[in-house]
Amino acid sequence: MSKTTEQVRQSLAKRYRAEKRFRAFGIASIAFGLLALLLLFTDIIGKGHTAFFEHYIQMEVTFDADTLGIDDATNQDQLNFANYDGVIRNALRERFPQVQSRGQKRELYSLISTGAGYPLRDMLASHPALLGQTRTLWLLADDDVDQYFKADRQGREDSRLTPEQKAWLTSLDDNGQVKKEFNASFFTSGDSREPELAGIWGAVCGSFFTMLVTLLLSFPIGVAAAIYLEEFAPRNRFTDFIEVNINNLAAVPSIIFGLLGLAIFIGLFGMPRSVPLVGGIVLTLMTLPTIIISSRAAIKAVPPSIREAAMGLGASPMQVVLHHVMPLAMPGMLTGAIIGMAQALGETAPLLMIGMVAFIVDVPAGPVDPATVLPVQIYLWADSPEQSFVALTSAAIMVLLAFLIAMNTLAVFLRKRLERRW
Amino acid sequence: MDNASTLNKGQQVRRAANPLQAEGKPPMSNEHPYPEKTVGAPFVDDPKMRMRDVDVFYGDKQAIHGVSLDIGKNEVVALIGPSGCGKSTFLRSLNRMNDTIDICRVSGSLHLEEQDLYDPKMDVVELRARVGMVFQKPNPFPKSIYDNVAYGPRLHGLANKKYDLDEIVETSLRKAGLWEEVKDRLHQPGTGLSGGQQQRLCIARTIAVSPEVVLMDEPCSALDPIATAKIEELIAELSESYTIAIVTHSMQQAARVSQRTAYFHLGHLVEMNDTDTVFTKPQHSLTEAYITGRFG
Repeated sequence: MSKTTEQVRQSLAKRYRAEKRFRAFGIASIAFGLLALLLLFTDIIGKGHTAFFEHYIQMEVTFDADTLGIDDATNQDQLNFANYDGVIRNALRERFPQVQSRGQKRELYSLISTGAGYPLRDMLASHPALLGQTRTLWLLADDDVDQYFKADRQGREDSRLTPEQKAWLTSLDDNGQVKKEFNASFFTSGDSREPELAGIWGAVCGSFFTMLVTLLLSFPIGVAAAIYLEEFAPRNRFTDFIEVNINNLAAVPSIIFGLLGLAIFIGLFGMPRSVPLVGGIVLTLMTLPTIIISSRAAIKAVPPSIREAAMGLGASPMQVVLHHVMPLAMPGMLTGAIIGMAQALGETAPLLMIGMVAFIVDVPAGPVDPATVLPVQIYLWADSPEQSFVALTSAAIMVLLAFLIAMNTLAVFLRKRLERRW
Repeated sequence: MDNASTLNKGQQVRRAANPLQAEGKPPMSNEHPYPEKTVGAPFVDDPKMRMRDVDVFYGDKQAIHGVSLDIGKNEVVALIGPSGCGKSTFLRSLNRMNDTIDICRVSGSLHLEEQDLYDPKMDVVELRARVGMVFQKPNPFPKSIYDNVAYGPRLHGLANKKYDLDEIVETSLRKAGLWEEVKDRLHQPGTGLSGGQQQRLCIARTIAVSPEVVLMDEPCSALDPIATAKIEELIAELSESYTIAIVTHSMQQAARVSQRTAYFHLGHLVEMNDTDTVFTKPQHSLTEAYITGRFG
């Protein structure tokens, strides 16, 4: 065996060892990442899954005209001002006639959510004949009651409820007058001070409109800027200066963009506060550098031979870009847009500055209605003192993640389709 | 090949003054001085393209030094010479492909028939429709074979109806000798063809706009001998209806396909003559040195 072969053999063993080590490092890193993801998901789902269900209490409710304080169930005004809490209280008193003292009565009334009256109004509005009749209804329980039923033995002992309240609940439960149902209102209603009434839909709509504005503004502007800089701009000091500043802009803390939005769009231009339109514009400024930088990289990656071929056939620079460069760079541009949008979706700080942190109960119907967005909603709920908001916060995080996954899936799908076309 | 050590002092100074020569290109030596005027017969009667005193600069480097030559109608002109001698640069200035390079500047008089190529009023799009180009590396668009060929005609609005376009595509592919091989898969991507087929597709794409002149920049350098032979046959056929200027590294190829050959050396046109004459009785010592394989 020649000397070289021997040397090669020796170094081979070393090289293979190094390769194995490297592979092990890679696998370890991926395992670490997956573990972190798993922990995150277990924690969030573990805390949040209870928020998707809530408890209802069965009551014999009498639509008593005197208690409601109305005489005509077809009159909208009367329906709006009727005393539904009164009938619910009557029902509770009838169910527990032994409760006499004022303090105890107040404790009894607090078992039912303050929002339980709204469904009664809707029932009465659609069936005016119900006035004066008695119905067996499921009423939404208060969040403390909800927590009590969701808690384990230890949790039940620690509950804020008084021993009397616990006794009443036990009696209701034993009679089969308590049920657990899917919390549909979480997905259909806006924010509320009462955890059992609070929903995520307002924030989802707010996020949707904000993202829509951001996408509609940042993608065309970003792509146009990238194409101009890559394909048309002369190389000189001025364009170098622009390039440096775009890179700098990508590194500016996001709250600065919020301050800018507050000063310029709201202060100077007098745009309304707390609206997705302004939020979208601010996030556009934040997303633009990401989209420009990645679009430029995608354009650079288009082989020059394709440009030459098109130009050699007599295509104008604009045609070269539209027919060849853009379609080939589109998947890369979309990737940039996804990253930018994902960043924007999770952004809280700049939106705090422009007032999207306000407590807004109504679900926004358009980009100029006051709204909040998912991450801000999470921040608001995490900040609330009621126990039930812990679960709601985690549930909202799940919704945010689902929103993100849906957005990315759509983008990946679009990218795949565009790639197949070519 | 690098006989830099044999250079005397004066030539080293000259090399430094001309940056193109500083790149280890075949050196000049005293026995082979540049001719004052191009040797041979660079001009023909009634040429298709007429170039006089063409200089091309990249920034302040001069790549082409006062080249004057004619390209006759329906003839194949081969441009040969060692790497970096400026033959590709010269070819690219014939349909203004150099315009895309910011620092490139062309001076002198270049005419396609009576039209000045660098006249400010000259439309580049029109020029490139009349003077087409085939590149060194096959560069089909990542589209279907059909769309590749149809791109030029669509661009210039040469066909209004699908029927006309189909016909142009078929004729062009037939002329490029590719029709039989691809007629059943016209709508599959052009990038899926073999290298030689791709290059013939590029030729079909170029002739689909019916140019008057076809410029070919080393069209066979990325191909195997069989594909090369096919392209050479094709060039011979095409020369019946087109004027062709071809840059090539292969002297055999120049000898096989061209009627006239121009020998470039470091940006100078040293000699131009009938191909036979250039290869059998070169008149300049530099040409002789190159074709006998002393450098290049």
